[in-house]
Amino acid sequence: MEDLYREIIIDRFKNPQYRGHLDPNDIHFEDDNPLCGDHIEITLRVDGDGKVTEGRFDGKGCAISQSSADLLIESVIGKSIEEIKQMNKQNILDMLGIELGPVRLKCALLSLKVLKAGVYGLGESSDALVE
Amino acid sequence: MSFDVFRLRRDFPTLNREVRPGVQLVYLDSTATTQKPIQVLEAMEDFYRRSNANIHRGVHTLAEEATGMYERAREKVARFINAPSSEQVIFTRNATESINLVAYTWARANLKKGDLIILTEMEHHSNLVPWQMLSTEKGVILEFVPVTDDGLLDFDAYRTLLMRNPRLVSFTGMSNVLGTITPAAEMIHMAHDAGAVTLVDGAQSVPHLPVDVQALDADFLAFSAHKMLGPTGIGALYGKKSLLESMPPFLGGGDMIKTVHLHNFLPNDIPHKFEAGTPAIAEAIGFGAAVDYLQSIGMDAVAAHERDMITYALERLVEIPGVKVFGPAADKKGGVASFTLEGVHPHDVAQIVDNIGVAVRAGHHCAQPLHEKFGIPATTRASFYLYSLKDEVDKLVDGIYQVKKIFG
Repeated sequence: MEDLYREIIIDRFKNPQYRGHLDPNDIHFEDDNPLCGDHIEITLRVDGDGKVTEGRFDGKGCAISQSSADLLIESVIGKSIEEIKQMNKQNILDMLGIELGPVRLKCALLSLKVLKAGVYGLGESSDALVE
Repeated sequence: MSFDVFRLRRDFPTLNREVRPGVQLVYLDSTATTQKPIQVLEAMEDFYRRSNANIHRGVHTLAEEATGMYERAREKVARFINAPSSEQVIFTRNATESINLVAYTWARANLKKGDLIILTEMEHHSNLVPWQMLSTEKGVILEFVPVTDDGLLDFDAYRTLLMRNPRLVSFTGMSNVLGTITPAAEMIHMAHDAGAVTLVDGAQSVPHLPVDVQALDADFLAFSAHKMLGPTGIGALYGKKSLLESMPPFLGGGDMIKTVHLHNFLPNDIPHKFEAGTPAIAEAIGFGAAVDYLQSIGMDAVAAHERDMITYALERLVEIPGVKVFGPAADKKGGVASFTLEGVHPHDVAQIVDNIGVAVRAGHHCAQPLHEKFGIPATTRASFYLYSLKDEVDKLVDGIYQVKKIFG
C-alpha cells in the first residue's frame, strides 16, 4: 500500500497546492465520475501566447482523483494549450508513479479528461480524450 | 448436520487462495457475488465432460440426459423456494432479467397510462430502471415507500400509498446496501388487500434467508444463482401459475413455441413459453447443485450464522471513531454492513484494506437513489455469507485502522 498510496498522493490529498477557483478565467470545465461521485472542476488563465499562467482545481473524491488533479495543475502551468492537447494517460501515471487497475484508473484520469474537454472547448468529457 | 464453518470453507477453492504471496484472501463481498463450492464446479464440469447436448426435442442418449439434468435443476430450485410446481420456475439470466420479464410481459399487457406502481427507496437499480422505462413508454406512475433514517420502510406511508389502488407493488426482500430485511409477507398481504399484484426482488433474500413463496403468497419472486453459490448467467423467476399462463411470451425464438408457421406461432406452455433459445444448461445444472449445497447446510443455519456475523461486525465497526454504519440494528438485517469513514473516500478504504487481502466493495452498489437519500455519494460495503469468519471481521477492522493511520 506504501506503493499504491505513495506519500506524494496522501500528501497532495491532505495539502493540495492548487485547490481553488480562478475568477476571471480563460478556461473553465467540470465533470464527475458518476460511479463514485468524484467531482473535478478546473479553471485556467492563459496568456496571449497560449501558455497557461495560472491554474486551479476544485472538487471532491478519493485520494487518487484529488491528488492527480493537484499534480496535473502543477504540471500544466507554463505549458502551452497545444502541449496539453498532447497529454495522455501515461503522463498521469508517471506523475503518480503507481500502477492502477481499470477501476482506479478512471479516478486518476478524471482531471485530465476535464482539462482536455476544457482546452478543446467540448461540451462533455470522454474517455477517448485520455487514451 | 451441525454447522461447521471451518469444514465447509474447505469446499471453496477461492477462499483458500492468497491474493499475493503471503496475503490470504478475506472475501467480504458476497452481496456482489458469492464464491462457488467445488460441488457446483464439478456438476458443471461433469455436464460438459459427459452429457453435453442441447436439451428438449433431441432423442439421442445425451440429449435425454441433458434434458433430464436441466429439468431436475428446475425441480430443485422450485423445491428450494417451496413453489407448488416446477413449471412455475422460469430460468432467466439473473434477477434483473426476471424483473424485466415481468415488466415486458405482464406489465405491458396489463398496465395503462395513469396506473400506479409502488416501489421503495431502497431498491437496487434492477428494480427501478425497468419500471422507469415502462413509465416513460406507457405513462404509468411510480411512487416510492420512503426509507426511515434507521433504514426501515415507512409503513404509514406505505398504507397511504396503498389507498391509491396500485396495480403492482414491487420491492426488495433484503436491501443490498442497508441489509434491511423487509417484512415481505406482511407487505404482500397488504398489497393484495389493496388489489395489487406483488413482485419480490429476492436477489439478496433468497440466498440468505429461508424463503417460501407459498407462505409469502408472492405473485412473482426474482433471484440470481450467482449470489447463492451458483454460477453467473442464470437466475429464476417464480410466478403464480394463473399469472404466468395469462402472460404473453417474452423473447421469441426456438423452444418457446408449440408450432410455427410463416406468419404466426402458437406459444409453448409454461415455463418454456418464457425460455426462448438454447438456455444456459450447464449453469442451470450448477444452480441445482448450489441449491443442493445450501439445503444440505439448511437455510435456518445459514441465516443464523449470518446473524452472528453481522452482530459481531456491527459491534466491532461502531467502536472505530469516524465510522458510521448505515441501516437497521443487527436483528433487522442480513449480513451486510455499509459504512463511511469520516474524511476518507470509500475507494481509498477499499483500496487500502485490499493490501491486507480484504475484499470489500466501494461505490453506490447499484442503489444510487438510496445513497442520495442519505446524502453520500458512496459507501464501503462488507458483506457476509455462510463461509464468513469473525476473524475476517477482525482483519477488516485492522485494515480500517491502517486507513486511519495513513489518512490521519
